[in-house]
Amino acid sequence: MIKNFKLGRFFVYLFLIVAAFLSVFPFYWMFVMATRPSAAYNSIPPTLTPGDQLVENFQKVLEKIPFFGAMFNTLIMCLVVTLVVLLISSLAGFAFAKFKFPGKNILFVSILLTMIIPPQLGLIPQYYLVAKFGLLDTLFGAMVIFFLNPLGIFLMRQYISQSVSDELIEAAKLDGCSNFRIFRSIVLPIILPAFATLGIIVFTATWGEFLWQFTVLRDPDMYTIQVALSSMNTTSNVDFGMILSGVFWATIPLVIVFLMFNKLFIASITEGSVK
Amino acid sequence: MAFTRKRKYRSEATKDKISAYLYISPFFIIFAIIGLYPAIFSLYLAFQKWNGLGEMSFVGLHNFTVVLQDPIFWKSLYNTVVMGIMGTAPQIIVGIILAFILNQAYLKFKNTFRAMVFLPYITSMVAVALVFGVFFSSNDTALANYILNLFGMDSVAWKTSEWGAKIAISIMVFWRWIGYNTIIYLAGLQSIPKDLYEAARIDGASILQQLRYITIPLLKPFIVLTVFFSTVGALQLFTEPTVFLGSSAFSRTEAMTVVMYLYRDAFSLQSFGTGSATAVILLFIIVVASAINTYLTSGVRGKGKGMKS
Repeated sequence: MIKNFKLGRFFVYLFLIVAAFLSVFPFYWMFVMATRPSAAYNSIPPTLTPGDQLVENFQKVLEKIPFFGAMFNTLIMCLVVTLVVLLISSLAGFAFAKFKFPGKNILFVSILLTMIIPPQLGLIPQYYLVAKFGLLDTLFGAMVIFFLNPLGIFLMRQYISQSVSDELIEAAKLDGCSNFRIFRSIVLPIILPAFATLGIIVFTATWGEFLWQFTVLRDPDMYTIQVALSSMNTTSNVDFGMILSGVFWATIPLVIVFLMFNKLFIASITEGSVK
Repeated sequence: MAFTRKRKYRSEATKDKISAYLYISPFFIIFAIIGLYPAIFSLYLAFQKWNGLGEMSFVGLHNFTVVLQDPIFWKSLYNTVVMGIMGTAPQIIVGIILAFILNQAYLKFKNTFRAMVFLPYITSMVAVALVFGVFFSSNDTALANYILNLFGMDSVAWKTSEWGAKIAISIMVFWRWIGYNTIIYLAGLQSIPKDLYEAARIDGASILQQLRYITIPLLKPFIVLTVFFSTVGALQLFTEPTVFLGSSAFSRTEAMTVVMYLYRDAFSLQSFGTGSATAVILLFIIVVASAINTYLTSGVRGKGKGMKS
């Protein structure tokens, strides 16, 4: 009986270790290839230890794509989108959680319904609209469609109605606070944890966006990092060391941030989808 | 909950209404411009012939006929469904097993394992497609082919063969999303009260019986959620195949998806009318798939309840 039990645990750990290995190995392998000349890729048996071409490969990346410019563009885009979404969502969430007004339920349901529309439905007119306003190849054009975030309003409404008490707002009103003052001085400080959750969701989603930027950004100087990385793979004779070097350096900042805040990241997934 | 308020505060109630409308207006204004207007314009465009520059002309259902009679459209729909199933269905089974293991009380290094399994999710889809693009390169010496050869199998042309491309893309979808689904199932498992297992154990239920009669039924809402997300996500697959295939993405059909077909029509062939018709067809497919999902899962849920009682 006890022997069986131990055997069961052994297989549990074995399964977990294999799963963890398969999850992490591509990261390690990416690092190895980023430090090797492209020819190492053709060696048999495969190269599995780091080499000395780390700097050389990255220099090739810099020659091929505007890496730092693209990282900077992406960072600006993600920050602006995150701040705008947090502001729009918390204001609307506040209204839906704490105010009474005609049409409230219909408006709220209609916001949720907009989540069903696949983003590709509007792709062509959105492109046309952005082109018409001269926003092709601009960061604003690349980020504007991500200001829409129904999930954010939903999360904020949930959080505000649970954590901001009606009595607190009532008391502030009796003291003569305006509605916006209540939002700024009472609601905002209370919902900061929800900002962290929603901020992580929005920031990482915007960071990884591809289709829209791929459509509206044609000038390499305006590329986001995803479009820049993908542009390394468009010639038929590609340098694998260079590609994986670019991917490695674009991914490593996210991995570091994740390792620092991994509990917050994982909590943001469950809060963002399960509630 | 809104405040309760007496009659004498009526002027303040009006003020509140104005504030509320003001606070929700940014979303609706932006939505009107870049959400609703484009969606309606797409429906309109689907019945027009337009190259993006010249005059539009009404062509009735012609665009839909063109798309629905195009074998490449049906090929891309087939590819989308096949890769969707291969990439997401195994995630449910493996995700539940992983979550079940990660939820065991005796497990050591729980947080480390959880973080490792979740790590792929933070990489972008472009990064995943590029890394797997090298792993699954068509060279004989690609790491994937080396592993196949170790097991005595022949090398595969991962980017140009019918099943090679689909399998490679499904594997990268699986790799990136498995951690996400595991985390959701784990949250589900943690919401199941421990004393249910306790009671079952006292009644002499085996681990498998516990799994069958407690875990799976109570996990159902979470499974429904991930199936819904996976279905909608799979039908919109674009980034992975496009970046994986690189220069040949829009000229080959082994892994072309519906969204790639739409993109190619609009932005390579300048045929905005058929592109919009494809978008409308995609919307229709997603709505139908979601409805079928909801129908099937509500049936399953009913069964789950029956088992409990």
